[in-house]
Amino acid sequence: MINTLFSGDRPQSRILAAILILIGLALAFAPFLFPGTKPLDTAARICIFIVLVASYDLLLGYTGIVSFAHTMFFGIGAYGVAIALSVMGPGFSAIGVGVVAGTLVSAVLALAIGLFSLRVKAIFFAMVTLAVASAFAVLVSQMSGFTGGEDGLTYRIPRELTPAFRLADFRLFDVRLDGRLLAYYLVFFCALALFLAMLRIVNSPFGTTLKAVRDNAFRAEAIGYRVIWYRTTATVLSAAMASLAGALLAIWIRYTGPATTLSMEIMIDILLMVVIGGMGTMYGAVIGATLFILAQTYLQNLMGAAEQATEALPLVSVLLAPERWLLWLGVLFILSVYFFPDGVVGRLRRRG
Amino acid sequence: MQAGADGHDCLRYSTQLPEIRAVTREPPVLETENLTIRFGGHVAVDNVSCAFERGTLTAIVGPNGAGKTTYFNLVSGQLRASAGRVRLNGEDITRKGVAERCDRGIGRAFQLTNLFANLSVRENVRLVVQSRANRGFDIFSRASAHVELIERAEHVLAEVRLIDKRDMPVSALPHGDQRKLEVALMIALSPQVLMFDEPTAGMSVDEVPVILDLIRDLKKDRDRTILLVEHKMDVIRTLADRIIVLHNGALVADGEPGEVMCSPIVQEAYLGKAPEAASTEVVHG
Repeated sequence: MINTLFSGDRPQSRILAAILILIGLALAFAPFLFPGTKPLDTAARICIFIVLVASYDLLLGYTGIVSFAHTMFFGIGAYGVAIALSVMGPGFSAIGVGVVAGTLVSAVLALAIGLFSLRVKAIFFAMVTLAVASAFAVLVSQMSGFTGGEDGLTYRIPRELTPAFRLADFRLFDVRLDGRLLAYYLVFFCALALFLAMLRIVNSPFGTTLKAVRDNAFRAEAIGYRVIWYRTTATVLSAAMASLAGALLAIWIRYTGPATTLSMEIMIDILLMVVIGGMGTMYGAVIGATLFILAQTYLQNLMGAAEQATEALPLVSVLLAPERWLLWLGVLFILSVYFFPDGVVGRLRRRG
Repeated sequence: MQAGADGHDCLRYSTQLPEIRAVTREPPVLETENLTIRFGGHVAVDNVSCAFERGTLTAIVGPNGAGKTTYFNLVSGQLRASAGRVRLNGEDITRKGVAERCDRGIGRAFQLTNLFANLSVRENVRLVVQSRANRGFDIFSRASAHVELIERAEHVLAEVRLIDKRDMPVSALPHGDQRKLEVALMIALSPQVLMFDEPTAGMSVDEVPVILDLIRDLKKDRDRTILLVEHKMDVIRTLADRIIVLHNGALVADGEPGEVMCSPIVQEAYLGKAPEAASTEVVHG
């Protein structure tokens, strides 16, 4: 049963298995373990980014394709839901329409980019995706009547997913059973299902073929695989998954704008999460996204505490000031790439 | 081992000549017609017309840079011809891509080891079996659930005596085993036309017979047509039904081994020189 669910892809390391179980349990029971708005928001973001990063790993780690358009697909998914909710008003049918429309647009766009540019050298494809993504971001900020421009869109979601909705009058483990809880579990279970689906894809005959294309496209072609179609299909699947992650984000934060979905900064974050977790492992997405989002969210708090603790020491306390958190985030990444060149998962697996 | 050059061998081979000629002709499996490729001003393969019949093993010889590998690349599709045609079972495949030619029955093994280095030995063979079974686009089933594909892959690995190393990544295999795996991929692909580009290159003397036995086994199946680029004369003599000689991209001799090895043009163009010098040809073309 478990083996089927995880497609027979074992963590291959006890420590890794333990970490994954820990993350899984923490996310599954996050509303009860970590009460409060901010922790729940962090947990939901982790869920969403696990899907987003895993979908990028499908492309980068499994197929060997470098794309800079991943946030574009993420954004299309988010804007799909956002626009549908703004236009049609809050309702589950609007969400459904938004999800389907966003995913379709992403898939078609990915198909077009793939067929036009995957025949050529990897660097050319990377450049094309960068150009298309930049153009798309400009387009979104220009079409402000439709997309809200730089301000983005704020909209209402179905009442059942808001804190105003009471599921029951009693409290469970001192947690109010409201719509926010429902929204979290919607995000959690969708993310879980999408992650398991991707785990299945990479462990399917198709997934093996992707790895073959990554390792030696020349030979894959010579044993009868039409490489271009495999690359394009991987691009389309990855784009569709990124879109679905975007839709989850749109539902969760009830706001969609360029800064939360389309920015180059997020693209770099995704790249870092894949590399830190370990490329071509899927589980790396879980580790990478969790570590990154936690660091992004709590490093400032941690540093605030550290600054106060070191108040007596002149230079140290300045270095540890919360506003320097980006510096320390950078240091953390350099260290992690230095010590885990093939990612946390790769490192743990090699230990056996 | 340039024994082909000595007079005794030539005598012996020429006595076998009439018997082979008596075989009735059927349409060739593979045929190239005026096949030519130019790289700028350089003509790498020059107007080569040649037909290969079912159940034969043809050795292609010639000095380094003669265009043997380029000719292979034209037949298996890695390069597109500047002029001329390639026909497989009468169908013109000159404009077809590599994968399409593979589907139609052309299997190509490479001179430099050209495998999936990060995947295991078994996965390498399984990929070929999977391609043959047309399951590459099977997106949502577990690869490990396709027992018949895995069994077939392991059967092939047992045949080439690599079964004990099936879980090793290819990058960790010694060179000789990688060459064996290369042949295993061809066995798994089981194409109508098999093309081996120096299958024993870089192997130690005691490993060579293993590869030769495998090719000999493939040859026993009379439906196959085998093309073999090889430098080692003893290998050619034990395996080949026919030799064609390329020199400066052109076909300069064609016939039974004894006949060809004795022809003056071969003596001069090929056997007189040192044929076993390290090859510098480019596989990727």
